[in-house]
Amino acid sequence: MKKMIGLINLDHEYHVFNELTYFRNSASIPFGGRYRMIDFTLSNMVNSNINEVAIFARNKYRSLLDHLGTGENWDLDRRNGGLFILPPDWNDPSDRSQGDLRFFHNNRDYFHRSQSDYVLISGSQFVSNSDYKDAFKYHLEQEADVTLITTDVKQLLPEHYPYFRVEANQKGQVTEITNDQSNSELFTGVYIINKDLLMKLVDECIAYHKDNFFVCGVKDKLADLKIQRYEHSGYSAFINSIESFYRQNMNLLEEDNYRDLFFGNNLIRTKISSNPPVKYRKGSEVKHSLLANGCVVDGRVEESILFRGVSVHPGATVKNSIIMQRCTIEEGVHLENVILDKDVHVSKGQKIIGSKEKPYVVAKRQVI
Amino acid sequence: MKECVGMLLAGGEGKRLGELTHHLAKPAVPFGGKYRIIDFTLSNCTNSGISTLGVLTQYSPLELNKHIGNGKPWDIDKQSGVTVLSPYTAKTGGDWYSGTADAIYQNIHFINQFDPEYVLVISGDHIYQMDYQKMLEQHKETNADATISVIEVPWDDASRFGILNVSDNLRIFEFEEKPKNPQSNLASMGIYIFTWSKLKAYLLEDAQNKVSSHDFGKDLIPAMLDDTQRLFAYRFNGYWKDVGTIQSYWEANMDLLDENLGLISNHKKWRVYTQDSNLPPQYIGRTATVSNSLINSGCFIHGTIENSILFKNVRVEQGSTVRQSIIHPGVRIGENCKLNRVIVMENTVVPEGTTIEIDEFQEPFVINQETLGGMLTPAGGESK
Repeated sequence: MKKMIGLINLDHEYHVFNELTYFRNSASIPFGGRYRMIDFTLSNMVNSNINEVAIFARNKYRSLLDHLGTGENWDLDRRNGGLFILPPDWNDPSDRSQGDLRFFHNNRDYFHRSQSDYVLISGSQFVSNSDYKDAFKYHLEQEADVTLITTDVKQLLPEHYPYFRVEANQKGQVTEITNDQSNSELFTGVYIINKDLLMKLVDECIAYHKDNFFVCGVKDKLADLKIQRYEHSGYSAFINSIESFYRQNMNLLEEDNYRDLFFGNNLIRTKISSNPPVKYRKGSEVKHSLLANGCVVDGRVEESILFRGVSVHPGATVKNSIIMQRCTIEEGVHLENVILDKDVHVSKGQKIIGSKEKPYVVAKRQVI
Repeated sequence: MKECVGMLLAGGEGKRLGELTHHLAKPAVPFGGKYRIIDFTLSNCTNSGISTLGVLTQYSPLELNKHIGNGKPWDIDKQSGVTVLSPYTAKTGGDWYSGTADAIYQNIHFINQFDPEYVLVISGDHIYQMDYQKMLEQHKETNADATISVIEVPWDDASRFGILNVSDNLRIFEFEEKPKNPQSNLASMGIYIFTWSKLKAYLLEDAQNKVSSHDFGKDLIPAMLDDTQRLFAYRFNGYWKDVGTIQSYWEANMDLLDENLGLISNHKKWRVYTQDSNLPPQYIGRTATVSNSLINSGCFIHGTIENSILFKNVRVEQGSTVRQSIIHPGVRIGENCKLNRVIVMENTVVPEGTTIEIDEFQEPFVINQETLGGMLTPAGGESK
């Protein structure tokens, strides 16, 4: 059976998350009540029968390492294959590669050792519940060199700005990769490439002093390669800023989106943490919200997302907000359009109100 | 050598739990929104550092074996971690476990592997949180041959329990099973620590005794007392409940809602562990009202939930009210239903408009697809 290996390339990702990425890279930003951004692509890979996954992580990866552990939560703690976290430790004196090509160059072993002939490459900022088995089948049927996963976002939003747009002919062959802002067919950052070709293109890019594999090795080679397009349909989100992060979290409060993302093709997996079920105390008022286990709610929660272990004391109100793991909201507090990072403590009677367009963000472990 | 090996008796049928244990061993019955009954004992072992454990199964073990797996959630997936011990045949024949003591007797070779000083015998039928190390410390201090954990029960209830009569220094001089006129209100919790060499001797002796029922409470402990061995009681002050009947199962679940009892605290130093299903956060809709309840991951709530416990993947539609009830995983409750004091078993689909309300003084009612089919008129109308 033909197989793929996975590569999550976090180099060249967009980092405009302010407080949320002070101490972590964007792949480990908490999302959707109990997940981290990377869980989506990682789960999609595993759910598509990929059982070897490498991660190129350049910086701020402490929290990522903590989250991933041995990979057991994604069934990646394996005798063969499994999870390979590849931080930058570069000791090759003859190395003259640049950008993400340094990762490719210094981790050639990962590709050479694997028995698989295909590589699925992805970032962490495209959030979806996708089964890449069909895309892989398509890639093989088409005998393509590269298959780009695209999605029609229908409504263009500010976060879509930096992503490539894809045009293809009727046979699905990609004819242009542009930054045409009127085209809503976006490249998701996920693509399948033949492994031997990948290694060849890596060498070529390095030889010509290039510094971005996808741009120089794939996009600029459009004329020489057979590049196909495979469209992802169903719920998805691009998250590359505080605004898009907030908007897409809130979108999950629509039941259809929530269902699509979490009960779609397969389950999205994350690190397990043995929290008890949510305790709703007498008099709690919770409407239109997502709550993860370990929460204890006394007060009012509306249109909000509560991560694991949050406690909302009596008389407190949480509205249109995202409250991350283990935050404590004391009595009489009023929060509206707010993002609290992990372990924030909001003391009695405090009032914090952001705007829907610009939610107020509080960094990890602050006491207010 | 291991200082103390745990032997967890999990083979019980739990007859009085009726439908709940029809296809399931009692320790595997879902409990507390996320757990199974046995999780409390397994987690006690984790939290008190008992890392070598034999789990004795017999009745309907499929779900139970699956649940325990390699013991990962309880951190007992280590070298001498958890071993599931089912009845077996050998050159000399083989038989079912005929009593609690017989179950241990048939696994003497398992315990011998670790050459332990002490053996902890517990059962997977009770809801409580206890640090077995403290009990072991007392066992060592008193230089006991056996230590039995006891809890004070109301005098009126004492005749329903196995009662230990003790001297001032807690030395046990008499054991009475369900005494008519109890002389003490210290009830045995079915938790024993034995000095292994002593226990082994008594097990071998008991196995030869043709009239013995091979039970710890009925045979082994009385035999040790007859020989004036050193048996001590260990006082436990805390919550302890045998979930032997539908009524007590329901009550123990409701007790979880009382936070003063602290049964499922969320502290890293003492947690209840279980197989986690990695489901998404629960979805609380615009029309939902939830009060004094425990709700697990993957639920969709659009109705009213009061004083209830909902396991994973439960869906409650708009206009429905669930009160004082326990809803097992995967249950669907249609629109405009009224449920009060019921236990709905796994994956039951409750059609819209169903009303089942049980009086305050009646035993809570267990519903599954079959019983529900019998109760409802073909139109899915009201019934009681």
